[in-house]
Order: sequence, then C-alpha cells, then structure tokens
Amino acid sequence: MSAIYILWLRQLKRYVRSRARVVASLGQPLLYLLALGYGLSPVFQKAGQGNYIQFLAPGVIGMTVMFTSVFSGIELIWDRQFGFLKETLVAPVPRTVIMIGRTLGGATTAILQGLVVIAICLLIGFRPTSAGTLLLALVYMVLIALLFTAFGTAVASLLSDFQGFQLVMNFLVIPMYFLSSAIFPLAGVPPALKALAIIDPLTYGIDGLRGTMTGVHFFHPATDLAVLSAFAAALLLMGSYLFSRIQL
Amino acid sequence: MIRNRALDADGAGAWDGGRLAMIRVCNLVKEFGKIVAVRDISFEVAEGEIFAFLGPNGAGKTTTIKMLTTLLAPTRGTLELDGLDVSHHKNEVRKRFGIVFQDPSLDNELTAYENMDFHGVLYKVPRHVRRERIEKLLRLFELWERRADLVKTFSGGMRRRLEIARGLLHTPRILFLDEPTLGLDPQTRNQLWNHVRMLNEQEKVTVFLTTHYMDEAERVAQRIAIIDHGKIVAQGSPEQLRQQTQTQSLEAAFLALTGTTIRDEEPGAADEMRNVARMFRR
Repeated sequence: MSAIYILWLRQLKRYVRSRARVVASLGQPLLYLLALGYGLSPVFQKAGQGNYIQFLAPGVIGMTVMFTSVFSGIELIWDRQFGFLKETLVAPVPRTVIMIGRTLGGATTAILQGLVVIAICLLIGFRPTSAGTLLLALVYMVLIALLFTAFGTAVASLLSDFQGFQLVMNFLVIPMYFLSSAIFPLAGVPPALKALAIIDPLTYGIDGLRGTMTGVHFFHPATDLAVLSAFAAALLLMGSYLFSRIQL
Repeated sequence: MIRNRALDADGAGAWDGGRLAMIRVCNLVKEFGKIVAVRDISFEVAEGEIFAFLGPNGAGKTTTIKMLTTLLAPTRGTLELDGLDVSHHKNEVRKRFGIVFQDPSLDNELTAYENMDFHGVLYKVPRHVRRERIEKLLRLFELWERRADLVKTFSGGMRRRLEIARGLLHTPRILFLDEPTLGLDPQTRNQLWNHVRMLNEQEKVTVFLTTHYMDEAERVAQRIAIIDHGKIVAQGSPEQLRQQTQTQSLEAAFLALTGTTIRDEEPGAADEMRNVARMFRR
C-alpha cells in the first residue's frame, strides 16, 4: 500500500512542479475551443445542430484527459532513459504494484488537468444541464484516465526510444481523438467512419461525457460505461503484463 | 569450496565453519543478437565476503550485474542469490540485495530527501528508522544542507554521492556496487569504502563490486575475479593474482591478464537518447 502511495505521490509532485508543462498542455484544448468552437459555430448552427460550443466542450474535456493520460503513461520512456526506472525495478515490490502506483498517479494528474479544462469551458460559455452532472462526468473522466494511462504504459513498455513514440502519437493517439466524435456528431457520417468510431474506445468516453453533461447521447449510457470499463480493464491487464516483462 | 545454502538448509546444525555461497553463478551466457556479452562464466561469492569483479570496458561486468539483480534475463546458465534461483524468485531475490548503479538512476524532479524517502518506502524501512538513517547518510556524504533542493540543480559529484547514500539506506544481505567511485573525489571515496567495510564487518553484508581503480580493489576486496571479452580469465585473492602473473601490483597483474590494448565500448544507447530527450523536454 505504501509503495502505491509513494509512486502516486511522485507522479503528482512531478506534475505540480512542471508548471511549464501544465500551462503548455492547456494550449491545445484552448485552441480547439476558441478556433474550432467559435469558427465552426455558425455553420453548425445553420445545419440545425444547435450550439457548437455545447457539443464541442465535452469532446475537448475528454481529449485533455486522454492526452494527459497517454503522456503520463509514456513518461515511462523518460524514466527508462534517465535511469530512474532501474531504481523502481530492482526494488522488492511486485511489478504489478509499481504499475498500479504509476497508473493511479498518471490518472490523477490527467483528471486534474481535465478539471482545469472544465473550468475553462464554463468560462467561455459552456453550460451543462445541471451542476450535479459534473459529478457523473467525473466517473467518465476517471475511466478515460485509467484506460489511457494504462495504454501509455503498455506502449512505453514496448518502446525504448522517442522515434517509436512519435509513431504511436501520429498513428494511434491522434486518430483515436479525431475519430471519437469529439469534434463532429456521429449521426449521419459515412458508414466506414462510423465503423472506425465504434472500435475507438475514446468514442464511448466522449459520448458518456457529452451525454451526462448535455443530455445528448449517441449510445446508451450503460453501453458507454460497460465498453469503457471493459477497455480499461483489458488495457490495465495488458499494461501490467508488458510492464512486468521489461528488461533493461 | 563454498557450500550451497539450499543443501545446508536442513542440516544447519552440522555447521562446520565452511562459508555459504551468497552468490553462485553457473555457466552463465548472455547474447544480444550476434554479440556475446558474457560467455559461459562461473563463480561463487561467499557469505560475508567482499568480492571485486574487474575488467576493461565492455568486458561484461555490468551485464552480469544486471542479470544478478533481475534486470536482465540470462540467455543460458543459472544464477543463485542466497540459495534462491534469480529467474524464478525475483521478488524474494530483490529483498536481499541493494545496488548502486553505474549510470544515473535518480529522479531529477525530486529533492535529495524525497529520493531517499522514496527508496526507503519501497524497501519498507520503518518511518522513524528511515528518518534517522536518511539524516545520517546525507550528513555522511555532505548533502544534508541541500536535502530540500531538486536533484536537477546538483553537480555530477553530488548526484553520485546521493546515489551512494541511497544505495546504503536499507541494509541488504548483498550489496552490489557498480563502479561506485567513478567521478568521486578522494575524500568521498574514503568515506564510501570506510562505510562499506563497516557494513561488511558489523552487519555481515556481502559486497560485490566493480571498479577501474586497482588500488581500491586491492585494498578492499578479499577475492577478485578478472573478466575480459565476457570470460573470466583469473580468480583469487590479490596475492594469488600477483603470484600467478609474477607481478608486483594488482594493476600490473590486471594488465598482464587483459593486455594493454584500449577497448571501445558501444556508444551507449542511453547517451544518445538523453540527447534526443533534451530536445523534446519542455
């Protein structure tokens, strides 16, 4: 237990201390909200889809949690390169415990980052149906955070350098974001695109967030929760397995 | 001959003063693709012994330590620590050793104290003991005044001292020291070896060390193995090695056994990555 706590605390301290990174990582969601949000708003409205900021905000919140989580997981590469990973891997603590501590730490930072973006969304005019929905949204944020931190850890366990990392970002992470219905509604898109969205775990996270906060669901909330939980569990298992096999 | 602990487990009463093997390596081989880093080496280290593993750059010292400390799986051969098979009882094995790595292994975003504390928690050192020992070790290595500073603000020498202080925080049964004195001033070296000898005498800690400084090995180690091109070329006490090579010093013996050509080490992948990381970071 104390091992999990100290690993969690370490991730949190690193997050709080890297203020530059915190501020930098708010840039992207802000850009999406302001440029896309205000830029596409008139078109969206004319197409009869309502207020675009209302539609986009949950997507940007989900994106923030997802990206921060993936990065936290992938921090493992840094730990490997800077040598600190050795210190944790020779310690008399089962690798699964190390993986859990790191994942909880990474997920916590991602949720904090998500909360900051929620505040920004509220500031620029996003209005959830009620304040209580924010609590339910937190459940989805936790699931997204766990899922993608585990994903990042799994990927980082397989990679030993940053070239591979760019590949993963461009061919997995960014596509998952764009295909997730974060920026466009799934109703009426071509079947191929829809098929891709359906196999993308983030789709269910964004749909869940949007559903709880604005009342507009594409899937049933139970489906969102079930699929997200299943993906999260599978990736946690896979991450633990791959992490336990790391050799230095 | 050193006896095996496992064989003695039930006959503990029949203790005859023969020392137990704390480390037992048998026909160990490590291949990385076509490169053979370690070629069929065997050796034993007795309980309570200070054992030095010497060899030129790239001889296979660090690879062997990595396999002994569960970081790397051997291609062939067996490794035992305290009678436990390293490949099958990783966690039990990890409880028995401490290590000071050759390369950096600190978290630069944490303070000196936090690095120590993190280690203490992972190794289950009780809180009050932890506090006491951290203070003692940080004072010993003259880092106490800087305990609240982030490690990234430390000089190379200070980081090295912190690595060593951290490695000594819990009292393991076996202590691995992989070139611990690299880049240290004579004062700190002296502190380190005094402390290591104290641990060895008072706490009966078995010590396995590598170093490039032959005088240190000669002074501290009771037994020495010399490894070259992945093979052990000689083993014995410093006197035995001198006699065997008919030389006056361990340094001369070492050169007689390993030749005088300078070895190239593969440019560490880690060094390259550190450069890339510098570009990516913030």
